[in-house]
Amino acid sequence: MKDLQNKQVIITGAARGIGLAIAGKFGLAGAAVHIIDLQEDAVKNAELQLQSQGYKVKGHIADVTNSDQIETIFKNIAEEYQNIDILINNAGITRDGLVMKMKESDWDAVINVNLKGTFICTQKVCRYMLRQKQGVIINIASVIGIMGNAGQSNYAASKGGIIAFTKSVAKEFASRNIRVNAVAPGFIETEMTRILPQEIIEKYAQAIPLKRMGSAQDVADACLFLASDYSAYITGQTIHVDGGLIM
Amino acid sequence: MDVVAKVKEIIVEELGVDENEVTMEASFIEDLGADSLDTVELIMKFEEEFDIDIDDEEAEKLTTVGKAIEYLKTKLAE
Repeated sequence: MKDLQNKQVIITGAARGIGLAIAGKFGLAGAAVHIIDLQEDAVKNAELQLQSQGYKVKGHIADVTNSDQIETIFKNIAEEYQNIDILINNAGITRDGLVMKMKESDWDAVINVNLKGTFICTQKVCRYMLRQKQGVIINIASVIGIMGNAGQSNYAASKGGIIAFTKSVAKEFASRNIRVNAVAPGFIETEMTRILPQEIIEKYAQAIPLKRMGSAQDVADACLFLASDYSAYITGQTIHVDGGLIM
Repeated sequence: MDVVAKVKEIIVEELGVDENEVTMEASFIEDLGADSLDTVELIMKFEEEFDIDIDDEEAEKLTTVGKAIEYLKTKLAE
């Protein structure tokens, strides 16, 4: 599926996990992939790993909560490559804890990276997409943002916020042929979940209609669909990639 | 550079209106059919074409063709 030939895609938080899987999938589809992440080593590794597979990849080091850094990077990309076609707001963190015990700093950190970071990147990219009169923005939400989760009130609020943000931005930009959608992953096997005991994982899997954890590839596939013209008539939606966990 | 001609050209292109409609008194929203996003895009275009920064507070006041031209002339003379 070489549908994204010559498309410039920016993916935040793409040095590891789901973001890296999305970057690989888009590289395979022929897109020029711009990875944004915090740590230089991780960005370099991801860049080398994807380049060794023959993909067009460029790493950028930035914090999504820093609007100056993001503005500069987007400006440089737009100047060097003439356009920015797709933005995937994937950068996210967790700082779990029960509400009774949650530190304000943990609340703020999660809301800042997950929700404000999504806002900043969206705001900074729309200038270029408006000029081109086309573009695709994909926000990575979570099923937790829909169903909630004990111990993750900050994360749930940020992800629920992303879904509402997605709908609002979709309405603002629909007349300019900029589509904005969200992907809500369920239980996905990542470095974070790999450390869980096998029995816990099996217990989770039993609660999922498709009887397995999802993979980062499953999430990347949904992103590829939403970035391509196969979803040309879809905007403002949240696609659940959760094996049927929520219906 | 002829600011008036350039501004009119940008407006014609951005809003898809006829050149005759772009009079000094014409309001972007009421007369030229711009929506609020159009006005943001117009300001962006002015910034690019004239290589200036227009802050949001100023931008909100530029509701007619004449006001925009007047503002840009002053700004460019600075």
